[in-house]
Amino acid sequence: MGMRILPEVTPATASFWRSGADGKLRILKCADCAQFVHPPAPSCPFCMAGKLSPEVVSGRAKVITFTLNHQRWSPLDDAKVPYAIAVVELDEQKDLRLMTNIVGCAPENVRTGMTVRVTFEKADDVYLPMFEPC
Amino acid sequence: MAKSAVIGAGASDIGRRLNRDPMALTLESCTRAIEDAGLKREDIDGVAAYPGNIVAPVGYGGPQISEVQDALRLSLNWSSSGLESTGQLGPLINAALAVQSGICNHVLCYCTTWESTAQGLASKSGVKPVGDRATGQFAFMLPFGAHSPANWTALYAQHYFDEFGTTREELAQIALTARANAGKNPKAVYRDPLTLDGYLAAKMISTPLSLYDCDVPVDGSIAVIVSRADAARKRPALEIESIGCAMRGRPSWVDFDDLSTMAMRDAGKMLWEKSTLKPSDVDVAELYDGFSIFTLFWLEALGFCKKGEAGAFIRDGKRIALDGALPLATGGGQLSAGRLNGYGLLHEACIQLWGDGGERQVKKQPKVGLVASGGGPFAGCLLLQRA
Ligand SMILES: [Zn+2]
Repeated sequence: MGMRILPEVTPATASFWRSGADGKLRILKCADCAQFVHPPAPSCPFCMAGKLSPEVVSGRAKVITFTLNHQRWSPLDDAKVPYAIAVVELDEQKDLRLMTNIVGCAPENVRTGMTVRVTFEKADDVYLPMFEPC
Repeated sequence: MAKSAVIGAGASDIGRRLNRDPMALTLESCTRAIEDAGLKREDIDGVAAYPGNIVAPVGYGGPQISEVQDALRLSLNWSSSGLESTGQLGPLINAALAVQSGICNHVLCYCTTWESTAQGLASKSGVKPVGDRATGQFAFMLPFGAHSPANWTALYAQHYFDEFGTTREELAQIALTARANAGKNPKAVYRDPLTLDGYLAAKMISTPLSLYDCDVPVDGSIAVIVSRADAARKRPALEIESIGCAMRGRPSWVDFDDLSTMAMRDAGKMLWEKSTLKPSDVDVAELYDGFSIFTLFWLEALGFCKKGEAGAFIRDGKRIALDGALPLATGGGQLSAGRLNGYGLLHEACIQLWGDGGERQVKKQPKVGLVASGGGPFAGCLLLQRA
């Protein structure tokens, strides 16, 4: 894709945005109740007790919805359209979701329910987690 | 104590690329609303604004309250504005509460937008983060080319279509109904007839939403006066019979628990929990159509039909037409009359309840009107009853 708007990297989100450096996806996990927490939070919203630390996950997920964007939203935007934006649910936990792009297949072939795996796109100082069919 | 009520309303000129100062538009709507209520500016002791002056998106906000206060030389007990509220109607809901609490008698509420002119000046659109990088929840959305609320909403629309088998032909009825009504509203911005074929042939924006599923940026300002019902002078009071503004799910586009509805699920439920009226009592409904799919979600959230059945409910458009059992978007909605952030819909509900709709007036004089605004993690609704 063309010029992307990149995320601000904060102390709380750095482990997520820099995780892809070794090709692995990491999500914060609670040491007490073992729930994954995303987006990153300062404390575990499930038990309000445990310490959260980045944990490597499988990178496998399922598309729970998607859209093919056909519109150029800015004259500066040189992205090839259409491209597929999706919300995926990671295999590790119900409702553990990421917004992402589905890559590695024609956008027209993206479907709700398809199984996908993570792949990273490096952009400046972040590794954006994208997903491709598996 | 008497309920809070809308006792006057005013609209500025509304249109595409008016190239008018947003402050001038605001003073136009505000002075008209004050006059419509039979008040003088000395009577106004509170101001509420959506969203007030904000940096981005460009043109989305209007003048800040202090500018309006000074321009009208108002003497205020209370004021409130901002985005961090229960939908676009949040500041107006706050105004109703301020009146109920007794700290104000007459609150001037306004919403001004000049997105059309601002976008022309900036020659760009869509949400832009302030600064170089996306922050907050947008940090997890914008990097994936999901620049616009159209994209975020399309993800919900596709989820709903996948779950319930709703079709674009069914969804089209929202845009077609709005356009048919706009044809009878001289102030609507898009009044040319729209056919189903025209709808289906339009440019795709973000599947399954196409051009006519997206509202149109305009310049304009709406103002209403919120007071106690027994303080109404010129107009019959439109009592705020009930307010729905609950948010019981996670306040997030990505993480809301059900991607086939939105925050309106909770706001709609609360509206009826707080009222003795029921959906069948509603004579006219002005439901937010920033994107057409929002209207389907509102219909279900407000109990006009069951979850997943909104497509069938609107299928041939007859039920929601001006002469149907539940007229929607009687002035053209935001799809054809312009993006006034829910306040155009509120204004139209007032016009209908006062019987001033002219060619587009619902024939059997409406007594109960429903106004709902918001999409995504942002929702609020009002039940208005003519005294
Ligand atoms: Zn925990």
